[in-house]
This record gives sequence, C-alpha cells and structure tokens, in this order.
Amino acid sequence: MLFLAALVSVFTTAGIVYILVKESVLFFRHVPVWSFLTDTQWTPLFDDAHFGIMVLLSGTLTSSMVALSIAIPLGTVIAIYLSEFAPYRLREFAKPLLELLGGVPTIVYGYFALLFVTPLLQRLYPGLPGFNLLAAGLVMGVMIIPYVASISEDAMRAVPMSLREGSYAMGATRMQTALRVVFPGAFSGVAAAYILGISRAVGETMIVAVAAGMQPNLTFNPLEPAATITTYIVQVALGDVPHGSIAYQTIFAAGLTLMLLTLVFNVAGHVLRKRFRETY
Amino acid sequence: MRALIAKHKRRDVLFALLGLLALMIGILTFAALFVDMALRGFGRLDLDFFTSFPSRHAGQAGILSAWVGSTLVMAVTAAFAVPLGVAAGVYLEEYARKNWVTDLIEINITNLAGVPSIVYGLLALGLFVYQFGLGQSILSAGLTLALLILPVVIVATREAIRSIPQIIREGSYALGATRWQTVRYHILPYSSAGILTGIIIGMARAIGETAPIITIGALTFIAFLPPAPLQAEPPYLSFEWLLSPFTVMPIQMFNWTSRPEAAFQANAAAAGFVLVAMTLAMNALAIWLRYRLRRNIKW
Amino acid sequence: MVNDLPATQLAAKAEVSALSFYYGDFQALKHISMPVHERKVTALIGPSGCGKSTFLRCFNRMHDLYPGNRYDGRIVLQPDNTDLLSRDVDPIEVRMRIGMVFQKPNPFPKSIFENVAYGLRVRGEGSRRALEEKVEQALEDAALLDEVKDRLHQPAYNLSGGQQQRLCIARALATDPELLLFDEPTSALDPIATAAIEELIHDLKERVTILIVTHNMQQAARVSDFTAYMYLGELIEFGVTDELFIKPQMKQTEDYITGRFG
Repeated sequence: MLFLAALVSVFTTAGIVYILVKESVLFFRHVPVWSFLTDTQWTPLFDDAHFGIMVLLSGTLTSSMVALSIAIPLGTVIAIYLSEFAPYRLREFAKPLLELLGGVPTIVYGYFALLFVTPLLQRLYPGLPGFNLLAAGLVMGVMIIPYVASISEDAMRAVPMSLREGSYAMGATRMQTALRVVFPGAFSGVAAAYILGISRAVGETMIVAVAAGMQPNLTFNPLEPAATITTYIVQVALGDVPHGSIAYQTIFAAGLTLMLLTLVFNVAGHVLRKRFRETY
Repeated sequence: MRALIAKHKRRDVLFALLGLLALMIGILTFAALFVDMALRGFGRLDLDFFTSFPSRHAGQAGILSAWVGSTLVMAVTAAFAVPLGVAAGVYLEEYARKNWVTDLIEINITNLAGVPSIVYGLLALGLFVYQFGLGQSILSAGLTLALLILPVVIVATREAIRSIPQIIREGSYALGATRWQTVRYHILPYSSAGILTGIIIGMARAIGETAPIITIGALTFIAFLPPAPLQAEPPYLSFEWLLSPFTVMPIQMFNWTSRPEAAFQANAAAAGFVLVAMTLAMNALAIWLRYRLRRNIKW
Repeated sequence: MVNDLPATQLAAKAEVSALSFYYGDFQALKHISMPVHERKVTALIGPSGCGKSTFLRCFNRMHDLYPGNRYDGRIVLQPDNTDLLSRDVDPIEVRMRIGMVFQKPNPFPKSIFENVAYGLRVRGEGSRRALEEKVEQALEDAALLDEVKDRLHQPAYNLSGGQQQRLCIARALATDPELLLFDEPTSALDPIATAAIEELIHDLKERVTILIVTHNMQQAARVSDFTAYMYLGELIEFGVTDELFIKPQMKQTEDYITGRFG
C-alpha cells in the first residue's frame, strides 16, 4: 500500500514521458523533425503553417538569460552575505522573509512586470514596447533570487566550521574565507541552486505570458516582445483547439522540447556536481 | 602588513554593503509590488468583491466563482496529495530497503521537483482530461495540483521523520511493537508538525499555480457556482461538483491583468492582493510552525 | 602556581597575565598567569572541560569569531610588547603572526599545493616562483614533501589522516609564524601517525615557539619542555615538564598525573 504511494511519483514521470512522446510522435508524422529544428517561422495556426521551434526557443532563452543575469549574481551575493557576514538576528529574520518571497504566485509577478516594471522602464527608454522580454526577465530574476539564495545559503552553512576556523587562523578576512574556502567548499550545493534557478527560468510561464506578449518572434533582443515555449502552450490552451488536431499536438511537442531543455541543464549540473563533489 | 590588512578589511565592509544592498533589492521589489497592488486594488476590496461573479462591467465584477473554485480545487488536491505524500514518505523512510527501486523512486522525486509546472498541465490535459475522460473539471485540476505538490509533501515528511532519533524506534521495538505500531504511535505523532509544515507550503504553492490549470482548459469567465456538495434532499451528499467547470483565483487575475482597461487592472490588483495575502499567510504559518518546532523539540 | 624555573636565562615569547575569559556570563578561564618560553614546547594538560583549549584559542583571538565572548587581562607577545588581547590590536594581525593546528585535520577543499599556499595568498603573495619555493619548503619542514611531491595538484582529501594533519602543519609553517598553537593535534590519529607528528613537533621547536594542548599526559611528557596543569578554568601548576611529572608541587596535579583523578 505504502509502496504504491511511493510509486505514484514514478507513475507521474512515466505518465509525463508517455503523454509527451505519444502526442509528439503524432505531431512529427506531419512535421519532419528537421524542419521543426531549422524552420525560422512559427505559425502553427495559419493556413501556411510553419513549425520552427527555434522561434519559441529564442524567446525562452532570452528571457531566461535576463532573469539569470539578475538571479544568479544577486542570489549568490545574498547567500554569502547571510551565511558569512550577516549578524545572527538579521539572518534569522531574512531567511524566512526570502522564503516568503519565493511563495508569491507567479501570476502576481506577471502583473507587476506588465503594469509596474514596464511603465518604469519606458520612462528610462521611451521606445520600449508594452510587451517585452526585458521586464518579464527582470521580474522573473527577482522571483528566482529566493530559490538561488536559500539553497546556496544552506549549502554554505553546511560547510564545517572547522574549515572556516582553519582559514581565519591563517589570518584571512571574512571575504577571503567566504570566497576562497566556503564558496568552493559549497560548490556542489551552489551548483544545484543554479540548476534549479535555470529550470525555473526556462519553465516559467505566467510572468512571460502576461508581460512579454505572445507573438512568435525569432529574436535575442530583450527589448522586443516574443513568445516562449511556455506562453505558446498557454496561448493554445486559452483558445478553443480541438482535441487531436495538429495545433493540439504542437503544444506537446513544445512541452517535450521544454522537458529536454531542462533535462540537458539537469544532466549538465549533475556532471558538474560530480566533478566538484567535496567530502569533508 | 597593517596597510594590507586595512585594505582587505575595507573589502570586507564593501562586500557586506553589497550583500545588504542585494538583499534590499529583493525585499524592496516585493514591497513595491505589494504597495502598488494595495494602492490600485484597495478601492475594489469590499464585501461585494467577494460575493459577485465576474462581469463585463469592471465595477461590478467580483471573485466569487474564483475563490469558491480555488477552495474546491484545494480540497481535492489535499484529499489526494496528503495521504499519498505522507504514505510515500513513511514508506521511503521506515519500510524501504535499499535497492534499485528505492533509488529510482528517490531520483524521481528529486527530478519531479524540477519539472516545470506547465508540463504537469500537459500531462493532465492528455491523461485526466481526455484519456480518463474527466473533462476540464475541478477533479482534473485538483489531481493535477496534487501531483505537482506531491514531491513537496514527500520531502517534508521524510525530513520530519528523519529528525526522529533512532533510539525512539529502538525503544518502541524493544517493547515488542510491530513496525506499523511504531509508525502509528511514535513516528507519525512526533513528525506531524513537520509534515503539516510541508503540507501548508505545498498548498500555498498550489493555490497560486496558474499555468497547469490554464493548460487543462479552465475557463476564464465563469458566472455560476458548481453544484453544492451538500443537498437538501437525500442522499444529501453530492459529488457532482467534482466534474463541474470552474475558475480559480490566479486565472481570474490573469484574465483581468490581460485587459487593457485600467478598471479591470484595478480588479486584477485587488484579486492579486487577496491571493498574495492568502499565500503569505499560509507560508508565514508554516514558517512559524517550523520555528516553534525547532524550539520545542529537545531530544 | 608557577614553580621555580631553571636559573638559565629563558627568553619569554609571550607572557600571560591575569587572563580571564567569559562565554557570555560563564567564566571559562580564571585569572591565569604564566610565561610561554621562546623556542620551547609548552604543554597544556588537564581533564576535559578544564579550559585548556579555550585558553589556547585566546592566543590567536579565535573567540572573536563568535558573539558574546569577552577577554580580561593581557597576553603580551615579544619582541615588540604587543598585547594580543588589546582592542587596538586587529585579530587578523594576531593570526598572521600566530599559526594554529586543529584537533581534527581540516585541509581546505583545494589541492595540496593550494592548501599550503593559502596563507601566502591571503597575504597577497602573487609571484608563482615565490609561492612554489615557500610551499616546497613548508612541506619539507612538515616532513611531507617526499610523500606528496608527485601529486601537489591533487585534492588534499586524498591524503591519509596523518598526512592531512602534517599538511595542516605545513600550511601553518608556510607563513613563518612566531608562535604555533596545537589543539590536541593527534587526537584523531592512529599511533604511527601520532609518533610522526610528535617527532615533527620536536624538530620544529628549533625555529618556532610551540604551545600544545593535549589530553594525553604521556604525550605532554614526551614532547614538551614546560607543562601547565589546568583544572576548572584555573591554572593549578606550571613548571618544567620533567619536574612537574616527577615531583609536582600541588596535590591536585599529583592526583591527576598519577591517575587517581581525571
């Protein structure tokens, strides 16, 4: 009985793979894999249908890059600060606060990106369109900070005190100890935090759906509006697409691409962690 | 030497300032978000807002169907995720032998936590909605979110159980208790607060999830309530509501956010405010529980 | 009490006077006064909880790392008459002059080379040549060079426990400390590794003053020139090791070293 409950997680994974592959296979009967990967247009709902996943991929990667360029540096700095510099009371206060921020629904962040951050950015840069990847990416970055900071901080706190004492006893300052001993010592945990951050960014849906517009656009310019893999799925789901149609199948092909993308990052992270695994 | 130390210490101070600044950016952004929503949405937050259906007229629209929908979906989610998650956690900690099946399950749970939520939506669309024929219903949505938060519940359960020292188990077994008796009378009671924390965090996440529910095709405009679970005539209980179409809070907010009119955006702000208040309250409760737990338990 | 010391002139490397130490409200060290003689090995012994490690960690201000700790009294380091505990003296400067080896080997998650080079890098040494020279010398001084010279750039965790502890000694030696603190350096090691460390300590006193905490009386007798017996945060007796072990002046010391107590 209990064993069956534990197996539900395996069934879930199996179900995900089964559904994604099943519908994608149907999709790829109509659309050759080669044109899926190389076509530079994404117009599945038009009469002249094109299925170039690159278009959606470019939006996903661009918004993710913006988000990660915020979340990874800030998250890491916060983690180091809380773990090595902050007074005990501040840490006890800030850590739960960060966790609270991580619990805010993403739709709320989407609202914020569209109705607060974009108008703000438009004041700095008047030509910015109302939908753009920049605002979505920036807010996504802020959303991911708590994950990166919290997990990295846990990893740094797990570095044994004896290593810190060893470093301080050599006359090192806090920063030298933090950057030369604690950070490398915690690297495998920090890498796990980064990977989680990347997965969040790539798979984030509502912020981009609200703030980046949903029109397919092959671009790496964050100032433009663009659709991502996830927003395309939302767009199709919002419309009335008949079960079994090619448009219905495209969202599974897009979902499969998304899964493979996160898988690539997870495997890369796993390899990275294996190489840097530390034993104290 | 002194000059070198002074230089290094200046860097210490600079870094500490940088850290504080980074922390502030995170917190102030959230403060801006919260204040902005409060200011924009405050005018809409009255009793009518909670007791009205959505409407084409922004001023008359409310979140009645959304919060009822959210509540019902959460009930389904909890009904599935809690027993399944706790059972799986207990199995993995107390029963499982170390073999490849256990390893597979563990790797699976870790990986599932990293799967984008919209992919769960696709799973549910293919499996629950069409394969099982459950339709675009409250049941489908509840099951989807249950799968989504299952890893959270399992991990919390395992951590709570793991923090119980081995001597408690040995003490119980030494008195002749069976494994099930040990779990029932010792393991579960002692870990209940930790498990509860995990459940609350999971539910707080589920309540804000939008993407998977949109994917299974929840409607954005619902001006009726699902059939009530309690009926005036026998058999009194009705499960018709499980298969009813529905909307939930985040989808209602999404719908209003996407409208260009400022009046609807005020509705979105008000709905967002309610949503954030709910998730913050739940998370704060969980954090407080955990904090109390850490203070009270001394093995 | 401080016993009569030999008539030969002994230079003091450090002089502890009226040192008290508090963890919050708890007084862990009570009014300790004693000398630390230059280029000699001084052992601190006593039952666990007597404050010997706490005392040792006052010398390099390790207690500054944690909030709520307070020192009282002075530890004056020669030749420049610096009070190590003074508020005006930066703990980092103190630690740059005084090395420390810990109870459990604590090499950093870096290569063998980088472990030894750590102190030099912290001091801003950038020249590759100078680093290589000093690292090699320190490894040689710690009697480790022959065992590791082919794998200087491999992780330090691949070494055995005894080798790791000698690596930590090399790490401390690389920066030419004036005083070297050992906090029960062999308690996590097997007898053979312990013997190697003891021999090393014996050789090292030619060039550096050593203060060692040990829970093992035989070890104190083997390696030290002077011994201090502590009990409940107080210094009971300090004297020349041979005399203290053969004819202790205090009843408490005698009870402890004859095994009637502790």
